Amino acid sequence: MLLTTLMLIPLVGSIVVFLLPAAKATLAKQIALGFALATLVGSVLMVLGLDNSSGGLQHVESYDWIPAFGISWTLGVNGISAALIVMAAILVPVVIVAGWWDAENSGRGTVKGFFALILALEVFIIGVFTANDLFLFYVFFEAMLFPIYFLIGRFGGPQRAYAAMKFLLYSLVGGLFMLAALIGLYVVSSRELGQGTFDYVTLTSLNIDPATQKMLFLGFFFAFAVKAPMVPFHTWLPDATAEATPGTSTLLVGVLDKVGTFGMLHFLLPIFPEASKFFAPVIIVLAVISIFYGALLAIGQTDVMRLVAFTSISHFGFIVLGIFVMTSQGLSGSSFYMVNHGFSTGALFLVMGYLVSRRGSKRIADFGGVQKVAPILTGVFLLSGLSGLALPGMSSFISEFLVLAGTYAVNPTAAIIATLGIVMAAVYILWLYQRMMTGVPSKEVEETVTEISRRELVAIAPALAIIIALGFVPQVALNVINPAVDQVQTYVGVTDPESAVVIEGSGS
Amino acid sequence: MNVTVEYQALAPIIILLAAGVLSVLVEAFIPRTLRRPIQLMLVLASIVLAFAYVVINATAQLAGDPVTNGGQVKGLRQLAAGGAVAIDGPGMVIQGIILLVSFVAALLLAERQIDPQGDAFASRSSTLPGSEDERQFTAQGWLQTEIWPLYLFCVGGMLLFPVSNDFLTMFVALEVFSLPLYLMASMARRRRLLSHEAALKYFILGAFSSAFFLFGAALIYAATSSISFSTVAVAMENSSQDGLIIPGIGMIAVGLLFKVGAVPFHQWVPDVYQGSPTPLTAFMSAATKVAAFGALLRVFYVAFGGMRWDWRPMMWVIAILSMVIGSLLAVTQTDMKRMLAFSSVAHTGFILLGVISTSAAGLSSTLFYLLAYGFTSVGVFAIVGLVRDASGEATHLSQWAGLGKKSPWMASIFALFLLALAGIPLTSGFTGKFAVFTAAIDGGATPLVIVAVVASAIAAFFYARVIVLMFFTEPPVDGPSVVVPSAFTTVAIGTSAAFTLLLGIAPQPVLDLVINAGLFIR
Repeated sequence: MLLTTLMLIPLVGSIVVFLLPAAKATLAKQIALGFALATLVGSVLMVLGLDNSSGGLQHVESYDWIPAFGISWTLGVNGISAALIVMAAILVPVVIVAGWWDAENSGRGTVKGFFALILALEVFIIGVFTANDLFLFYVFFEAMLFPIYFLIGRFGGPQRAYAAMKFLLYSLVGGLFMLAALIGLYVVSSRELGQGTFDYVTLTSLNIDPATQKMLFLGFFFAFAVKAPMVPFHTWLPDATAEATPGTSTLLVGVLDKVGTFGMLHFLLPIFPEASKFFAPVIIVLAVISIFYGALLAIGQTDVMRLVAFTSISHFGFIVLGIFVMTSQGLSGSSFYMVNHGFSTGALFLVMGYLVSRRGSKRIADFGGVQKVAPILTGVFLLSGLSGLALPGMSSFISEFLVLAGTYAVNPTAAIIATLGIVMAAVYILWLYQRMMTGVPSKEVEETVTEISRRELVAIAPALAIIIALGFVPQVALNVINPAVDQVQTYVGVTDPESAVVIEGSGS
Repeated sequence: MNVTVEYQALAPIIILLAAGVLSVLVEAFIPRTLRRPIQLMLVLASIVLAFAYVVINATAQLAGDPVTNGGQVKGLRQLAAGGAVAIDGPGMVIQGIILLVSFVAALLLAERQIDPQGDAFASRSSTLPGSEDERQFTAQGWLQTEIWPLYLFCVGGMLLFPVSNDFLTMFVALEVFSLPLYLMASMARRRRLLSHEAALKYFILGAFSSAFFLFGAALIYAATSSISFSTVAVAMENSSQDGLIIPGIGMIAVGLLFKVGAVPFHQWVPDVYQGSPTPLTAFMSAATKVAAFGALLRVFYVAFGGMRWDWRPMMWVIAILSMVIGSLLAVTQTDMKRMLAFSSVAHTGFILLGVISTSAAGLSSTLFYLLAYGFTSVGVFAIVGLVRDASGEATHLSQWAGLGKKSPWMASIFALFLLALAGIPLTSGFTGKFAVFTAAIDGGATPLVIVAVVASAIAAFFYARVIVLMFFTEPPVDGPSVVVPSAFTTVAIGTSAAFTLLLGIAPQPVLDLVINAGLFIR
């Protein structure tokens, strides 16, 4: 019941906030924050209750839902999903505090609506990471779209309607392909077992013939690649983040897009091992292209929010790369990367949001010399930026290193090319810093940009603290993640090559 | 041949037709002021009674050997009226769906609070549109109570249509329910010329398709010397008269596919849906489709089941055309009723997926889809009828802008229906689509399912567009408003919404029902 309860907390919160009278804006925020913190406590308890010696599903609960179609309410977590849930549970209160005034400032929708939607989103996030019935996963996968759609469409910038619709259509089309594959998988399972099922564990034990596997794999992969997003299915992301509030972007890129890469890791590899191996070379190429293309376009952006979006596309390239090289370093690096990326990109979006809300412009050219006016804000910006470019000492460095080391063992070419992505990351972050923070502040900057407020600092501090802390003691997270990674490798039937670089505390 | 009549098995049909006759007598002998309440009671009571009989028949404990009863423990499974009618599980499910939908639609027909002049039908359809007579009758508040006997005959015919067991009975049933529909379609209170035009088109094309059906039956008779489905099925197996049988199957298919509104026999759908009085559109879009699919299933599973390798390619083409053309043309529509009409064409394509499967799963999934779609369709047209301005219903899409602000509740329920039509999870539409897609893949029609998924994606776009229009655009200054209806429509919309949600969240009981309905009796 633990996981269902964990979903019920934000659900109740969302309903309570929604039912408040519209005038009680402050109360709505406080209640929302309270429920978000309660969810965080619950999710931490959930992780502490995990048995790290086992990579299988834990906290499992299962109830029949539609037996005629083999559909059940089956929840369970392994180390990877548990880590992602905790990350999400930390980011939600962070976003609530950071976006305390976003609803008022961007407003057509009501304040309580904004916070109720964020909590509703959290319900589906927990659902999508814990669902171990593929049908249930699909339901959460689709349900998740709607709070985000409204968060962008009601509280976004001038082009919000366009951005929200583009996001929705991309995701729905991806979802429909997944649905077709899902139905196919169901029929395959019913042919093999006599009675069709959506149960994750049962499905991983099927022997699907390779040709069918490839078809089904492509259906799921398309949906996950749109969600992640990978080049060439990425064009919705910059538009969405450019129009959404920074908090929404944080949740969208930091958490929701992880569903794509999580899906690849948790569903594609174990259920379609043969097809995964077959398509891995192509996907590795796509991933390397994503790394490069994202970084290149980030360098060329003039809008800060779009810039952060493109850095994420580059980072998602790393994550996908680590997953499809299928070595233990690669896999645990990718899993850890998903967690780190949530915090580092979240921090970047939030600090950009602070700057944009002050200056009233998202154009990089409108800034300059901010460090003279707001030194602490500049420091926060630098820290977030450095974690984005994976500086040693930051947790993102560990994960990027693991991915590259894991890749080198099986595909040196991809690893070498991808390493160049790190250099480009330094370019886009440091050049951005130079353009926005250094130099002589213009008159507008001096007038508008003020020092970071205490609330803003409190909001962003946890994300930065975790990035640094995990940079020094990554074992805390890796110990939780690694057993699950081993399990994925067992499902796929791969082992690390002999020449693999063995790294203390990673892999088996 | 000594014909005995199985009154119990035929009770639902007999009740409706008898009530129709009674209703004619009411029209003839009861004073005008009393007619409406009496007719209304008669209609609702007969539908409830007929439904009760369907339930009794479906749950009746059977004597005798379960093997001869088709492996069922419960429910009638017999030929009645000398083999002209087949009462079996799927037939009774179809009858039950028709009765449920008819009950809800009757409530909509009875509504007279949303239009200040009266109900949705012309005060006197014999008057010329725009004439002085018309104005006077309207001013005096006349109501056309003749719709009620027509309605009863129509529902009675629909109950017979899917359980007919030979081509002639089926043809008679087809005419019994079609003729009242043609008439009622012409009786709209507002925009009467449009309504007349729609009815005339419907009548001419309908008569044409009936002729096809009859000609097809004649060819089949020529080849097999029989009109009874089971005899036809056996005779076809051993027949070498392909020159008669294949055209016969094709022509019968034309007649039935016209009624379900499949491409390329769909041209009447948008015009008739748009021109008819909206409550009647609600009834037609749901009940006609259910009844016609019931008949289609029986003909193609029982009579032509052995020939499925011959008719499947044809059905594939029609299903693909219906899904793709229905969805694509819906995107281009600017009128709400026409858009929903094309969406209904697309749904016909989806339902055909279940028919094509020709398996137990195909049958049960089609039944489920029909129930789900029937309620959603009634509900969606019920709400269309509520959005009005001074000149009547405001069906142009642009007039729906910002309706979510003015009437959040109605707009939300409408959005629910649209999401169900789009097949979004947790609505009945999703469960239905899932069921037919699964059956189709299992039946080897994977390419069809891929087309269906693409068509669903196109369809999701135009449903989402309406939702965006309602919730994310500013209302026009002189825009229409949602009229507060009386209890009749409120109950109808509430029931439809409840079924739409329930069949999405907890469909298991209904799935059990359609699965346990078993197969057609032969």
